[in-house]
Amino acid sequence: MTPILDIKNLCKSYGPVEILKDINVSIVPGDFLVLVGPSGCGKSTLLNCIAGLEPISGGDLFIGGRNMTNVSPKDRDIAMVFQSYALYPTMSVAKNITFGMKVRGVDQATQKAKLAEVSKQLQIEPLLNRRPGQLSGGQRQRVAMGRALVRDPKLFLFDEPLSNLDAKLRVEMRTEIKRLHHDLGASMVYVTHDQIEAMTLASKIVVMKGGVIQQIGTPAEIYNRPQNLFVADFMGSPAMNLIPAKAQKNGNGTKIKIDREAGGPLVLTDTNNPDLPEDVILGLRPEDIAEAGYRTGEHVQTANCLVDIVEPAGADTFVVSQLGGKEVTARLHAETKATPGQPLEFAFDLGKVSYFEPESGQRVS
Amino acid sequence: MTDYAAPSAYASRQRSRTGQIALRWLLYALLCLFALYYLMPLFVMVTTSLKSLEEIRTGSLVSLPRKVTFDAWATAWSGACTGIQCEGLRPYFLNSMMLAIPAVALSTLFGALNGYVIAQWRFKGANLIFSLMLFGCFIPFQVVLLPMARVLGMMGLAGTIPGLIFVHVIYGLGFTTLFFRNYYVSIPNELVKAAKVDGAGFFRIFWSIFLPLSLPIIVVTVIWQFTQIWNDFLFGVSFSQAGTQPVTVALNNIVNSTTGVKEYNVDMAAAIIAALPTLLVYIVAGKYFIRGLTAGSVKG
Repeated sequence: MTPILDIKNLCKSYGPVEILKDINVSIVPGDFLVLVGPSGCGKSTLLNCIAGLEPISGGDLFIGGRNMTNVSPKDRDIAMVFQSYALYPTMSVAKNITFGMKVRGVDQATQKAKLAEVSKQLQIEPLLNRRPGQLSGGQRQRVAMGRALVRDPKLFLFDEPLSNLDAKLRVEMRTEIKRLHHDLGASMVYVTHDQIEAMTLASKIVVMKGGVIQQIGTPAEIYNRPQNLFVADFMGSPAMNLIPAKAQKNGNGTKIKIDREAGGPLVLTDTNNPDLPEDVILGLRPEDIAEAGYRTGEHVQTANCLVDIVEPAGADTFVVSQLGGKEVTARLHAETKATPGQPLEFAFDLGKVSYFEPESGQRVS
Repeated sequence: MTDYAAPSAYASRQRSRTGQIALRWLLYALLCLFALYYLMPLFVMVTTSLKSLEEIRTGSLVSLPRKVTFDAWATAWSGACTGIQCEGLRPYFLNSMMLAIPAVALSTLFGALNGYVIAQWRFKGANLIFSLMLFGCFIPFQVVLLPMARVLGMMGLAGTIPGLIFVHVIYGLGFTTLFFRNYYVSIPNELVKAAKVDGAGFFRIFWSIFLPLSLPIIVVTVIWQFTQIWNDFLFGVSFSQAGTQPVTVALNNIVNSTTGVKEYNVDMAAAIIAALPTLLVYIVAGKYFIRGLTAGSVKG
């Protein structure tokens, strides 16, 4: 299948400042690509480059197989939803939605039909004669989506569209965007700094930092096999536990030694990863540390640790203890008997473990 | 303890209440006094213009007219002498109209375009250009008189109304650009981006999105420019000739070139006539000083 969006060696700099360095991404029709990263990582700039709102300093950009590197935004067959919605303040909702068609010279009848179709789809029919100033945040968001939908573009671009909504509405709109993507089968590129949004929406995630792509993959790949410490730490909430440890080859397994507050070092035996460097950082997500007896499997190993803090969160209880000089969070079941200051037997699921090189931060296996 | 404290606190609250009311009345009295002081000249002008010369000579300056007559107004409008001609203010008033209306319209339009470019279409050196235009606001007009006379001469516009329009448009641009730039800079750039994606070009975005948003700042600019241009005397007297003089110059000539008895009533009426249009602009346009037209268009 020809990729709907293909970015090759894209670079972007403002004078001497390099914002984006050698970006290579490609998605097939129907993909939902999420660009995620902390603020200032260049994700919005990349989206603006895709839209043609920012010229690029190097590389090529193809949309639907056509080289769009030097094509103006209006001819790229894209639609964009902005963070501030960017609705035209003096126009009614209907005019906002049809403005693009009017500019492109689409005839009145088609405009009307399209408007009716989209406003029905988004349930904004009662709002058509209102001004943006008379709408609530969620309604404005819908109108902004409507403006993008009428275009029926090859590619939808979203620039943090949910970040101005309150928490409850954000979850609702997230589901709605997901449903829209499913119903339309459209290709979308979505920028967010919220890793939960990224995980829930994406079919493909690009994690960025400092203008460099850290990892590209499906949400499962990103979550389960982060390529470096940055991705491991950034994706997931609470974040992945990253524990300094010593590895030692021992027969056909590897002994993993972790410092512990009391009772000498904690020793686990990993039979999966035979070739580890001596110094490693062991990455284990909170849900892969359970109370002993609640997790079984080939790679589960138990050990005693001192409990520091217990944080009940309703569905789960988070238990923090000190391992390798770091705070380690475990996601336990809600009825756990863990008490602060008391030791508890934890089950570590080494089947889900990631190892990183402490110096480079890269994944070793 | 509390039993005693409560009534005394009540009393002191009562006292401070009376104090506040007294203070409020004092404030009003003072404001009325100021208002009176400011309105006094206008009062004298209006009453004097409604008196006959006879009555001015015999009556007091601040007394009301015994017999109201509009003769002075008629003379000021169509009979007063400015030097050798005695046509009143009328032709010069029309000159001022033909001068001020296009000059205000053009300088406002260009200011809006400049502000739109500087605020929303950032380019290299935009800030420098803006600073230079700002600098233009502070150039004393006396400095430019001679060079401008030369330029107008070369353009063949010396002594004509289009020449005066040109001068006012050029020297108004600094302020109008400043007004519009500061207004547009608060409008999020995402609006331009959205319109670009929608396919609109430079002028389309200006015309369909930015101009309709600009009513409040257009009103401010029009009031400012109209007041400046209508009341201008220096350019008017320097770059006009007989027949193209604006009303301010004619007013000066009426007041200064009379011989014999000074017709105060005509002078006053002429001064009021010359000032009326600016007053009218304030009254009509002031209503549209609406703020926050963009409020709520962006961000939730």
